[in-house]
Amino acid sequence: MSRTHFYGTLVGKKVVVAVSGVILFGFLLGHMTGNIKVFLGDEANGVPKIDVYGYFLRTMGEPIFSYGQMLWIVRIVLITALLAHVVTVILLAVHNRNARPVRYAQTKRIAATPSARFMMWSGLFILAFVIFHILHLTTGSLDPKHFVQDRVYGNLYRAFHNGGFVVIYVTAMVFLALHLYHGIWSLFQTLGLDNPDRNKRLRMFAALATLALLLGFASVPLGMFLGDMPEPPNPANLPPPYGGR
Amino acid sequence: MKFRLNVWRQGSEQEKGSMQSCELDEVSSDMSFLEMLDYLNETLISKGEEPIAFDSDCREGVCGMCSLVINGQAHGPMKATTTCQTYMRLFPDGSEITIEPWRAGAFPVLRDLIVNRSSFDRIMQAGGYITVHSGPKPEPNSVPINQQVAEESLDAAVCIGCGACVAACPNGSAMLYTAAKVSHFALLPQGQAERTDRALAMVDQMQTEGFGSCRNYAECEAACPKAISINFIGQLNREYIRATAKPCNARGQMHAQ
Amino acid sequence: MNLDPRIPDGPIEDKWENHVNHIRLVGPRNRPHYRVIVVGTGLAGASAASSMAAMGYKVDAFCFQDSPRRAHSIAAQGGINASKNYRNDGDSTYRLFYDTQKGGDYRSREANVWRLAQLSTQIIDQAVAQGVPFAREYGGMLANRSFGGVLVERTFYCRGETGQQLLLGACSALAQQIHVGGVKMHTRSELMDIVVVDGRARGIVVRDLITGEVTSHAADAVVLATGGYSNVFNLSTNAKNCNVTATWRAYRRGAGFANPCYNQIHPTCIPAAGEHQSKLTLMSESLRNDGRIWVPRKKGEQRRPTDIPEEDRFYYLEERYPRFGNLVPRDVASRNAKEVCDEGLGVGPTGRGVFLDFRDAIKERGHDVIEARYGNLFEMYKRITDESPFETPMRIYPAPHYTMGGLWVDYDLMTTIPGLFAVGEANFSDHGANRLGASSMMQCLADGYFIIPSTIGNYLSSHPYGEIQADHSAFREAEAGVHALTDKLLSIGGKTSPAAIHRELGHLMETKCGIARNKQDLESALKEIPLLRERFWNDLAVPGTGAQLNQALEHAGRLADFLEFAELMVLDALTRDESCGCHFRTEHQTEEGEALRNDDKFAHVSVWEHKGTDQKPEMHTEPLEFEALPLAQRNYKT
Repeated sequence: MSRTHFYGTLVGKKVVVAVSGVILFGFLLGHMTGNIKVFLGDEANGVPKIDVYGYFLRTMGEPIFSYGQMLWIVRIVLITALLAHVVTVILLAVHNRNARPVRYAQTKRIAATPSARFMMWSGLFILAFVIFHILHLTTGSLDPKHFVQDRVYGNLYRAFHNGGFVVIYVTAMVFLALHLYHGIWSLFQTLGLDNPDRNKRLRMFAALATLALLLGFASVPLGMFLGDMPEPPNPANLPPPYGGR
Repeated sequence: MKFRLNVWRQGSEQEKGSMQSCELDEVSSDMSFLEMLDYLNETLISKGEEPIAFDSDCREGVCGMCSLVINGQAHGPMKATTTCQTYMRLFPDGSEITIEPWRAGAFPVLRDLIVNRSSFDRIMQAGGYITVHSGPKPEPNSVPINQQVAEESLDAAVCIGCGACVAACPNGSAMLYTAAKVSHFALLPQGQAERTDRALAMVDQMQTEGFGSCRNYAECEAACPKAISINFIGQLNREYIRATAKPCNARGQMHAQ
Repeated sequence: MNLDPRIPDGPIEDKWENHVNHIRLVGPRNRPHYRVIVVGTGLAGASAASSMAAMGYKVDAFCFQDSPRRAHSIAAQGGINASKNYRNDGDSTYRLFYDTQKGGDYRSREANVWRLAQLSTQIIDQAVAQGVPFAREYGGMLANRSFGGVLVERTFYCRGETGQQLLLGACSALAQQIHVGGVKMHTRSELMDIVVVDGRARGIVVRDLITGEVTSHAADAVVLATGGYSNVFNLSTNAKNCNVTATWRAYRRGAGFANPCYNQIHPTCIPAAGEHQSKLTLMSESLRNDGRIWVPRKKGEQRRPTDIPEEDRFYYLEERYPRFGNLVPRDVASRNAKEVCDEGLGVGPTGRGVFLDFRDAIKERGHDVIEARYGNLFEMYKRITDESPFETPMRIYPAPHYTMGGLWVDYDLMTTIPGLFAVGEANFSDHGANRLGASSMMQCLADGYFIIPSTIGNYLSSHPYGEIQADHSAFREAEAGVHALTDKLLSIGGKTSPAAIHRELGHLMETKCGIARNKQDLESALKEIPLLRERFWNDLAVPGTGAQLNQALEHAGRLADFLEFAELMVLDALTRDESCGCHFRTEHQTEEGEALRNDDKFAHVSVWEHKGTDQKPEMHTEPLEFEALPLAQRNYKT
């Protein structure tokens, strides 16, 4: 019997959303762990530890891969996951819109959490933020005056002494948390990994993971803005490849 | 008691409908919601006006015929209760009540509050069965079934097919219905032979009918008059992933022929 | 009218097998040429349609609901009997036969009852194979419970919704056959007439309930599985839309109607709260195990029930039947409730109710034990009445529940019209004058899964297929009749809604032809029904047209048939001048108030033949023979 292929079905599409979500969630955990290295201070040679970590990201995979290659592989995986996530969700949203052509005059939601109800909006906001974030702290094209390629600590220090950026980043993290609280729990359901005995724990896990990511991510801009963080070292004083020649 | 009712009126599937209001007085608090509508209809009929069409049959919460979205909630305000078992004492005297039909593309309105739910039947026809013909069968006790498994299967099988899950779902998804049907059979030893094909076929049909996708809102579970758990949606997802992982279940196909 | 039951020869235990061995068969290559119509998709209809389609017959199935799965079989709660003897408590085919025959007060056909008992075990096998999740014991074996007035545990169940699960099983088989093209399903289609040509049933005329379109469907045989007629009482435990129309139209076309006066009343239902009541809800009879039934001793008691002291409470069952007390059989409990209410002692807003009090049970056994036993029932009661049985006594009243009467059928389940079959509650069935608990589903499924698929071949094989098509003039005539009726109903232009007249009919039937009957009441009912019918035809209001979804019109059409049927029911009750099973004529009772049969004069099936509109129907009888089980007086007291 001929059957619709996996991605063609609603359940298949949801699995794609969930799997890409898992990849992105894994990325977020890694990203957040990397970010809080900002609080670890400097190596003995005066290089901020987070800059060392940044250099590691670009050189990982050597000597099989050359400088930056592995990072691009990871980026391609992430971009693919993000695209799969976003495109599939849009396809589903269009389908869902058609599933109820006439709206109710009155609706009352009982079970859906705000997190669940605003997935689409939080997702769109996060998407916009990701683009903003890449332009801001990866390519530096948004604020070139304060951006120096590869000087992670310095870039963060300068960016988050600007209150406007702090507000944008912290707000984005709140949206991210909103998105993740439903998303993380939901992916277990979508991948069929839930069961009545473990559902409470899954919900708890979703809440804790969300909280950890929210605190971890928000701590950097807030810490920079409110805390008494050391000024970035002068690159000229650092050994290669961290600034000096 | 006295109420102001806003009711969806629509002549037929082809006509456009609209909300219309009327006042209804001398409602007894012991009336069920449908008896209140019966009473309204009787007054309309004796005035020569057309009564409000709505579906109902057993009026004891098991046939799944009654529907109605009452004040924005499928089957009204009471948890795990059908419209026919909802009583007027739940509504404050003098209040306004909005009554709408199930809204979903796969449930077109036939007249007033009556919708066509044959899409549900077609999902069942796609695979919601164990293919056995009538005639002598093996002694049932030769296949022991764990008591809890039998109970869990029944937890799914209590679905009355009313469609409240679809009506309550912000996406108009029929996942809870399909999940309950697939799980009922998937959990039982008798259902194994066709397990793979059943999951694939029913998920396919659900899509063909134009139901929305699941976003795990759990509104369906909250509206379900039988309180069927969304855990069964997890089960359906599992069944579907499992089925696609092994697309050719030789035993199942042999059995189906 | 030919009432030869065509019971096969041989000893009773071999009759069915002998019959199947010698039945005429239709070969597998020929079966797809034969078209069979099945009307109704409850347990009997769905199982019959799917079984016949699986054999190869082309089946057209019809139901008036929006889905076959909504038929009222779905509401059966308790369970289904089968003489599996899993409990090793001495059950056997004979015992189930014996219990059914005795329970029916010796007013059923022995050969049929034996066959039912024989097939009961296969039904369980079939249902389990279909995936019906029956309750299991911890070892994984099927669980049983005891049910109503028998000494063995033979009832299989799925919580309190056995009917639902069995129907879903039958409907899943139906869905499979719809999927492979064996069954063509016509939902929201109501039977309007049966077409008989040259004395044989050739098809039906139906009305599409959405568009109002009237269409004809020809077939080589027609099977009616359209349920019972309890809604003649307006208020019953039946679904709102259950009706007599299909069997009544069959009767008008020449099918004999058997024992219309046999209808079962269930003693523990929630009483009507007022005029607006649309149906009655059944509560499990198990409540009588712990509840005490009483009414206040004096009329017009104003005190709250909890304030009425012991000496002012009339525990009428305990006083009248000290041995059995509150556990007297269904019909005795029902009758006594009616009597005390007739005396003006009834409670509740309508005065038709008695108390079922758990105060003493709670005191004796503790709140928790009672809650564990009846918690869900108490909750259901509270939802409906807003009263908690923990705080104040429950109110109960008997309600019509099941009808043993129906179209007369022979051993092959064929009515007196050749080619027209009746299965399930629609036929006069195997339950005699009273049905045992947990036996209705058994009969429906035995008929549908096992009997009709065999016996229909016996008829079909003797006739060529496709002799008459839907373009035959008989179908045009029947369609014209349907249109004429619709137009007539729509053009009365009166002021009274069908619901109001149905209420009046129900009240009349309940008081004069209900739990207890007597000559005087029945005679007066025979005078009143035609008057009500006249009012119906002169003062009915049906808005809208026939070319649309029109529920008032549907109701009016069904009510028109009930108004005719009611008269036949009363006539039968009057003619059967004895008490038997559920048919209780107050003139005929033992000293203990038990039904007193008159086997010399009434050991027969009364079969009524239609003689034309406004003509008195003619009664024929099928004598009942008792070989396997000699006649004995029913006695539940010792």
